[in-house]
Amino acid sequence: MQEIQENIKDINGFNVHYIPNQKYKTLTVVLKLRAPLDRDTITKRALLPYVLKQGTKQYPSKQELQIKLDDLYGASLSIDGAKKGENHIISVRLDIANQKFLAGDSSVFEEGLQLLYDVLFNPNVDDQGFNKSIFTREKETLKQKNLSLKDDKMSYANLRLIDEMCKGEPYAIHVHGYLDDLEKITPVSLFSYYQQVVANDQIDIYVQGDLSEENMEKTIKKVFQQANKNQPRLKHKDLNERHVSKTDVIPKEIVETDKVQQAKLHIGYRTNVTFGEPAYYALHVLNGIFGGFPSSKLFINVREKNSLAYYAASRMESHKGLLFVFSGIAPEDFEKARDIIKKQMEAMKQGDFTSQNIAEAKAVITNQLLETFDSPQGTIEFLYQQVLANKKITPLHFVEQLNKVTKEEIVAVAKRLQEDTTYLLTAEKGDSHE
Amino acid sequence: MNKHIYSDIDETLYTEKLANGLTVFLLPKPELAKTHALFTTNYGSIDLHFAPIGKDEVITVPEGVAHFLEHKLFESEEGDVFHDFSKQGASANAYTSFTKTAYLFTATDQIEKNVETLIDFVQHPYFTDESVEKEKGIIAQEIRMYDDQPDWQAFMGTIKAMFQNHPINVDIAGTVESIYQITKEDLYTCYHTFYHPENMVLFIAGNFDPEKMGQLIRENQDKKQFAKMEQLKRKFPNEPNEVAEREKRITMPVSIPKCTLGIKRVNQQLSKDELLIEDLLQDMLLDYYFSKGGPFYEELYNENLIDDSFFFESNIDRDFGYVLIGSNTKDPKQFSERLKSMLLGIQEANLNVETFQRIKKKKIGQLLRMMNRLENIANAYTHYHMLGIDFFTLLSVVRELTLEDAKQFMYSWIEEERLSVCTIDAE
Repeated sequence: MQEIQENIKDINGFNVHYIPNQKYKTLTVVLKLRAPLDRDTITKRALLPYVLKQGTKQYPSKQELQIKLDDLYGASLSIDGAKKGENHIISVRLDIANQKFLAGDSSVFEEGLQLLYDVLFNPNVDDQGFNKSIFTREKETLKQKNLSLKDDKMSYANLRLIDEMCKGEPYAIHVHGYLDDLEKITPVSLFSYYQQVVANDQIDIYVQGDLSEENMEKTIKKVFQQANKNQPRLKHKDLNERHVSKTDVIPKEIVETDKVQQAKLHIGYRTNVTFGEPAYYALHVLNGIFGGFPSSKLFINVREKNSLAYYAASRMESHKGLLFVFSGIAPEDFEKARDIIKKQMEAMKQGDFTSQNIAEAKAVITNQLLETFDSPQGTIEFLYQQVLANKKITPLHFVEQLNKVTKEEIVAVAKRLQEDTTYLLTAEKGDSHE
Repeated sequence: MNKHIYSDIDETLYTEKLANGLTVFLLPKPELAKTHALFTTNYGSIDLHFAPIGKDEVITVPEGVAHFLEHKLFESEEGDVFHDFSKQGASANAYTSFTKTAYLFTATDQIEKNVETLIDFVQHPYFTDESVEKEKGIIAQEIRMYDDQPDWQAFMGTIKAMFQNHPINVDIAGTVESIYQITKEDLYTCYHTFYHPENMVLFIAGNFDPEKMGQLIRENQDKKQFAKMEQLKRKFPNEPNEVAEREKRITMPVSIPKCTLGIKRVNQQLSKDELLIEDLLQDMLLDYYFSKGGPFYEELYNENLIDDSFFFESNIDRDFGYVLIGSNTKDPKQFSERLKSMLLGIQEANLNVETFQRIKKKKIGQLLRMMNRLENIANAYTHYHMLGIDFFTLLSVVRELTLEDAKQFMYSWIEEERLSVCTIDAE
């Protein structure tokens, strides 16, 4: 495989990552703002993307902004917030047609980049803070988002599992914020928090696509030199991952009911391993054998052998150090499915898997990783993990380490895994089918 | 193999129709690490009435059989084919839509071996009474999962409200009742009729040598025997233009009601060129009016009738077409009434050259972005090919579109008798 070319430079206090390659027909720019997850700020951080994307000083309404974006060959500009371990990351993303396919339109990239800059640094504000009517309307949008979380049962069950499992830890903080706090936010208080964000958050900028690094840098410098210089931004030492290993884990079981046809059975484990640690690669292989793929133990045993579920899988959280199992089952099959899932984890701890299983998991993980680098967003998300973990791990190094993992290492990492919470969202009595 | 260079989008495509009827497309992309292969049959959930291969008489099969078949093809005498792909480092999957069943993998290694695995498992059915029975529990859980998804219920609810007779109004996976009627014999009948190479397309895009790949596929196919394929006889009921129900209400445990409006396409025979132009214009105009910042979006947004979940989509396929526009909304009645009056009030005279130019630019950028992903290219190319259209010409067709084309389309786009509204009310 080829190494991903990524050059990092400091421009005006921003960490700029250049990723030139010939894979795509568009140019992609992602700006990432990072701060610790905190109950006091999360609702404001959840609301900010909604308000910011409504317009800029120059294009103060969504309509004016969109007309400009459409004119730039339907450039897409989006802002979202996400939880990565115990960090909150706001991402501003621009994806714009490469001008090499647009004969005669040579300023498209620079104009697009300027819009991305303006959305974040030149918002639509007056002396009362953010525009009042936009602010009020977007508060409503976030409120409805919060209210509708319950309607997607799979993600709702995952949210409830984390609520119960990580009670009191920052990781349990809801990424969409809290309705009580939302009521208290004003255009002024949001604006004053916004000023802290742009001044203090750690900011990384990724630029990717079929353009020379010189041309990328020229345009980035031209646009970003307008920003205030040398802000004292958050550094790694302030942000270092606070993965507190809980030592007193006592497995617990939570059962809740709702009007559902299908029950959701989710189980959370603590892996006590995070991105880039020596045992991380073994954990990846463990997840692959246990539940990551359609050839994994969970799929084979819960679905294929016992016909209990359509889906039964596991997923790792790399920055907090968690592993989740999720499955959709008939309500009456709860005990049976739970016992089968736990038995598969027990088998992992006992080393009850073959060298063939190991080789398969390694091959599929390697394949998925390499595939990630054929997607502009995937590449950036992988590279940003290095910033989060403050560890330089090149894709090539990752693959090498992964393929060195031994059975003993997988068993060792399995034994470190602690079962924490079993969460069941099931039908109300008498509401179930059959 | 025929080689076609599309210089305006930097793509080179190799094409061949093999002796047994299979159509193969190869798109080499040496700058990428991965390869994506998509093996599609022109057969989906709507193909419930047809004459089995070698017979004249039209039969009816249980609802959900195409999807059931998709599940069962992954099983062979040796076990689960997912395992073979895993051993070879590939991720495999499959899906069933109204008109297609597709099998696919992506891999970065052992590409030729994975291609053979894909072709061989799809071309080797193995069903037993026991394995068919066992699958019923799994599919029943898949159906129950959809039963709990308000978005899916809103989607199918609107489709059912629009179509009176066309089997698009049947759930793709069938119902728990219908799948329990499916037998091994049903699966073989559908398989032999619709999985004939003549009815299938193989599209492979990514990092491989096209000459070698072409050779491998040819040799693989030469080793296999297929019955002679006559013209496929499918039967569809006559579908009037008018919708089945103008208003449909479903009650579910949701936090906020949902409302979806469907526009049913006029049932008419168009040439391929006309069909493509209609498909593009419908997409572009919907996007103009309803994407964020668009005039209709802004009105709905300012009136507090929509939220983040607002969406629109359009689909034109073999002999049906529809548009869906929907959102979570606190006031479904007001939402649907405003939406209807906006749509019925569209005046083609109000669209000017400048705006239409911008709409075209946006579509060009969207098409380029879509081509960043091999999966999108393979899907779109196959979809359009089955309608007789070359996907790689879309960009140049968009460039040629005129304001007059748009106005002509808009003139007969919306009629009240072709509108349905489906509301999901909170319990």
